[in-house]
Amino acid sequence: MSVAQLIDRKEIVICAGAGGVGKTTTAAAIALGMASRGLKVVVLTIDPAKRLANSLGLPELANEEHRVEIEGDGELWAMHLDPKRTFDELIEKHASDERTRDAVLSNRIYQELSNAVAGSQEYMAMEKLYELYQEERYDLLVLDTPPTRNALDFLDAPERLSRFVDSRSLQLFMRPGRLGLKVFGRGTGMLFSGLQRVTGVDLLQDLSEFFASFGDMAEGFRERAASTGQLLADSRTTFLLVTSPRRAAIDEAIFFHRKLRERGLPFGGAVVNRMSPLAVGGEPVDEAELEQLLGERLGPRVAGNLADYRAIATRDGENVERLARELSEGAPPILVPHLEDDVHDLSGLLQMNEYLFAAEAVSSHR
Amino acid sequence: MADILDKRLVFVTGKGGVGKTTVAAALGLVAARAGKRTIVCEVAHQERMSRVFRREGVGFSETRLATDLYAISIDPQQSMEEYLRQQVKPSALYGVLFDNRLFQYFSAATPGLRELATMGKVWELAQFERRDPEAAPYDFVIVDSPSTGHGLGFLRTPRTFRDAARVGPISRQAGKIDAFITDSGSTGVVAVALPEEMPVNETVDFERELHDEMGMELDTVVVNALYPERFDPEEAERIEQAAAANGSPGVEAALFEHRRARTQRAELARLTEELGHDPLTLPFLFEPELDLNSFEELSTELEARL
Repeated sequence: MSVAQLIDRKEIVICAGAGGVGKTTTAAAIALGMASRGLKVVVLTIDPAKRLANSLGLPELANEEHRVEIEGDGELWAMHLDPKRTFDELIEKHASDERTRDAVLSNRIYQELSNAVAGSQEYMAMEKLYELYQEERYDLLVLDTPPTRNALDFLDAPERLSRFVDSRSLQLFMRPGRLGLKVFGRGTGMLFSGLQRVTGVDLLQDLSEFFASFGDMAEGFRERAASTGQLLADSRTTFLLVTSPRRAAIDEAIFFHRKLRERGLPFGGAVVNRMSPLAVGGEPVDEAELEQLLGERLGPRVAGNLADYRAIATRDGENVERLARELSEGAPPILVPHLEDDVHDLSGLLQMNEYLFAAEAVSSHR
Repeated sequence: MADILDKRLVFVTGKGGVGKTTVAAALGLVAARAGKRTIVCEVAHQERMSRVFRREGVGFSETRLATDLYAISIDPQQSMEEYLRQQVKPSALYGVLFDNRLFQYFSAATPGLRELATMGKVWELAQFERRDPEAAPYDFVIVDSPSTGHGLGFLRTPRTFRDAARVGPISRQAGKIDAFITDSGSTGVVAVALPEEMPVNETVDFERELHDEMGMELDTVVVNALYPERFDPEEAERIEQAAAANGSPGVEAALFEHRRARTQRAELARLTEELGHDPLTLPFLFEPELDLNSFEELSTELEARL
């Protein structure tokens, strides 16, 4: 099995999985692989730790696409997304007039928090994905998802954005003394004084302005979030699960797969990175032979080393089996061995692609 | 570096998958053995550590795992409720606040409030005078932090609120928390890395950002899962010759081991040079999955190196 088969005719590939499993590298390798098959591909990452820049051997990527030189007819572009700037652009787009735009952009709550908040990165990744898709400049978009605590944060992002701007009603009670208070009845005066006691007047005023301005943009945001949600479910989109063979990562992959199915989102397949380099099982360790070959000091240690590696290989094999059972109706996971050198440049990505784009599955029971 | 144990609060940080939970657990065992009443705070609802000790999660309650070792899984919503219950008097008003649909909206929609609430609970656990006067204080509080990237955002949250709110109770409270976590006398930061290219880069970036943006220093860097150097160069050469003649699995594995260990040592050396001092190292354990014994083993290793 090859990744090229899994994502055949897809226009959006979303790489999802736990942190530290090589998601960014895998996304970059897939983008490179498809570009070298003649497509015009862009890979998007939002990871603040600039891992994609590392993977592509680039010193830095700004909030715009950057062409990576590769051989062949295709084109590889990479983009390191700046969530804050994307958020600003979105405000500029949706603000009904300059005053609203400036009110939000200069609001201290917005300034302080639009970048720092967990969740805003997910919103913005989706937003940029949607924008690039609309522009139709690429054959294929590959998205490396942000390192969420929980993979679901990402899937929920469009809906949460909708809900966030839907708290338009907030502006009513955030402006005490106006019409709004009456709408919510008698408890609200008390509520406001309670809130004020907790937050302080200044913060409350800033928040009030913030929500009020946002409320005005609610419709635009809601529509946008709905379209983004639809794009995720579209048949031109596919999700690839990326994982390592460790138990925790496999658990998360299985959990995520179930969530995809529950939501009717398109699942393409799974990639397991960092597989133990040894085949599972195999002949029992012949200590005598190793001793003969390497001497009585070195031989037994080489044998001991092999036993250790086999224990790890067995574990990897069992965990991958578990994942394969979960994905029973789909293609078996694509396995990439633990490469000797860390992948951090194009040649490393090419080495990875020997496995990602292998004609046939590299079975765990070679 | 032994003085990491003299802090009251320690954040264990690092990118995903480097073993933060393992290091937090090992550090917890070390502190508990030293007679410190210790609690490990899990923040991501995964409760990986407490599940190893107890086979089930601990939830939002301080739960004893072993002698002098406790764990809690911090839930932001419950932390916020706990804080407000104490802040808002009379308690009738608290009821009005919490039962109000709009307040629910407000707390869910305000950016960063969940992180602030989590940080507030961490801070509370590290105080000698607990919010609940009945609750016993801890000598040592460990936070299994969110991954770097989000990590600095998490540490910055109190400062952000302090500055955004300027005056009033939230600003005051956030300022108190910020002062505590940026005071190197009370708070320490441990970064966990793997001896690999990208985790090393991120650790170096994190150290710089922590210094530039927060005025804080990394107290300890722990390089986790370091492969043993089982073979010296002369032995490796013999293994390579043997591999050329006979590709048996034993020889293949030995060669892989040697190359991996060599790559890791190069990354470790690079990290050491960037940091200007030796990081602590923990060995890779050839165990199918880390269990309680592994935590014990690693805590012994950590103790020897602290």
